[in-house]
Amino acid sequence: MIETKNVDFYYAGFHALKDISIRMESRTVTALIGPSGCGKSTFLRLFNRMNDLIDDTRVSGECLIDGEDIYHKSVAVDELRKRVGMVFQKPNPFPKSIFENVAYGLRVNDVRDKSFIACRVEASLRAAALWEEVKDKLRKSAFALSGGQQQRLCIARALAVSPSVLLMDEPASALDPISTSKIEELIADLKRDYTIVIVTHNMQQAARVSDKTGFFMMGELVEFGDTRMIFSDPLKEQTRNYVTGRFG
Amino acid sequence: MKWTKRVVKHVIEGLFTLSGGVTSLAILLIVVFLFKEGTGLFSSPVLERGYTLCVNAANPVECLDARQIKQLFDGEITEWQEVGGKEGEIVLFRFEEVFSLYGEEELGEEYALLPRRLEEIVAKTPGIIAFLPDEYLPAGEEIVKRLVAGNISPAQFFGGGEWQPTAGPAPRFGVLPLILGTLWVSLFAIFLALVPGLGVAVYLAELADDRTRQWLKPMIELLAGIPSVVYGFFGLVVLVPLIQRVFDLPVGESALAGSVVLAIMALPTIITIAEDAMRGAPRALREASLALGATHWQTIYRVVIPCASSGITAAAVLGIGRAVGETMAVLMVTGNAAVMPRSLFEPVRTIPATIAAELGEAPAGGTHYQALFLLGCILFAITLVINLSAEVIATRKQGKGLGV
Repeated sequence: MIETKNVDFYYAGFHALKDISIRMESRTVTALIGPSGCGKSTFLRLFNRMNDLIDDTRVSGECLIDGEDIYHKSVAVDELRKRVGMVFQKPNPFPKSIFENVAYGLRVNDVRDKSFIACRVEASLRAAALWEEVKDKLRKSAFALSGGQQQRLCIARALAVSPSVLLMDEPASALDPISTSKIEELIADLKRDYTIVIVTHNMQQAARVSDKTGFFMMGELVEFGDTRMIFSDPLKEQTRNYVTGRFG
Repeated sequence: MKWTKRVVKHVIEGLFTLSGGVTSLAILLIVVFLFKEGTGLFSSPVLERGYTLCVNAANPVECLDARQIKQLFDGEITEWQEVGGKEGEIVLFRFEEVFSLYGEEELGEEYALLPRRLEEIVAKTPGIIAFLPDEYLPAGEEIVKRLVAGNISPAQFFGGGEWQPTAGPAPRFGVLPLILGTLWVSLFAIFLALVPGLGVAVYLAELADDRTRQWLKPMIELLAGIPSVVYGFFGLVVLVPLIQRVFDLPVGESALAGSVVLAIMALPTIITIAEDAMRGAPRALREASLALGATHWQTIYRVVIPCASSGITAAAVLGIGRAVGETMAVLMVTGNAAVMPRSLFEPVRTIPATIAAELGEAPAGGTHYQALFLLGCILFAITLVINLSAEVIATRKQGKGLGV
């Protein structure tokens, strides 16, 4: 379960997130939608503390995963990131073999047991619905795969370290429609085991894959609720305008 | 209005093209000049120009090579048998000696009788070998036989182990000790510079905050701007005595001193290029690594450094290039003994130092002068190879060094 309480976020002087409170249940898919620059990606990156990499940022309020404040001093960021996996907008496999890409998270975790690594790699590739396509070429470079396969490889890579949460930052925006639908099917499958938060520009995608949807604008969470409701009968006028395409 | 703009555009384009052409032409001319002056060496005789070696006509020896001539005049060969002649002691005769044997009258007016006197000397000493100027050479071959010394061969030049360009009567131009000295000093310099250089590069690219980088980077670039003679001075005053004391050497001027000075000089090149390469490691890969729970250090050595490996190699190679061509600082601290490098604690001599030190004393157009130009050609070839390989390595497909 992910929860934020009155979270504000600043890039130097810019107030990027304003007083956001939200609650996402375990094993659900939450879609974050909104126009560019509305803060949805920034919000997503709060949960694995990727925003820490940017100088001169500040966060206030509470950010809880399974009841633990992830911005507390006692939290080790690298440990947190093992629990909260992330898939990026563009497929970004390492220039290594398919196998080594998936094994990376285990290796940096000091896992040495070869049979265990092989086992996890296979399980992760199966979970990412990629195993059948790559099982004969695990030693080949990850760059030999298509864009859609690379993105599923990146999902497998994130799954290999057994996270409980999966953050997806527009995971299908760089892919063709067929690859996109494969990723969407995968999200539906993964929902059984993981809590998924997905940022997307594609309204139909949000409607197809998510249980709940949050609409962001100008750093504010305008509306958050059941996906069906957001897309059919939103409470706010701004949301209605956005989801019906009259704005943004 | 419109046509003036077009004219101006054409003029400016023309100027740019012209300047490019002039630059290329200048470079080409320099290279052609270098090789033209240098390759003349192989059509020069082994002996000093204008002199001939003569023996008694009864002596069966027809020719001597540069090595034999040197050993002969150094007194290392004393019997004709050793160079393929008959039994008998070798008697060395240098041209100047004639003036102590004969008075001014006997030599005639304006030395008109000198050739005859020389002929007499050769005739009465069967074991003689005389080093004579062509001007006063006795005519005819019945009594005085001229030895064929041959030209300087590429094998002698490139394979020779002795560099004695002013030795008489046959100077030795063996460049092997100079080439090896250059590589020896340069490679060890890179060996010294690589670890600290990469360390600073990692620090600058990954660890330093903006403010530290803002003053550290210009400082390092300033290091590249210090004149090399200042480095040489520093080396001479500080390093050389230090090395002498620490390693308890008879002289501190050594290959090690040269390497340390060159290492310091190559640092800015290595740091700047390696840092750029590490900064160029894609942000997406960095984030991917961190998002998987890798620590900053794990990300550096598992992603950033492998991604930057070709740039880092290029940095090292360009550092070597800088070191190979460096003249002044090396000249000042390495002791300049043209011997085969055997250890780091002995003096060595590099190619650029040799050219700088000797060109002023070599008569223009002479064999020594040509040999120095040929050394320049060798240096040019070495740096060309180094720069080309740096280019190839740097443009190699990124991530190839990752061990896929």
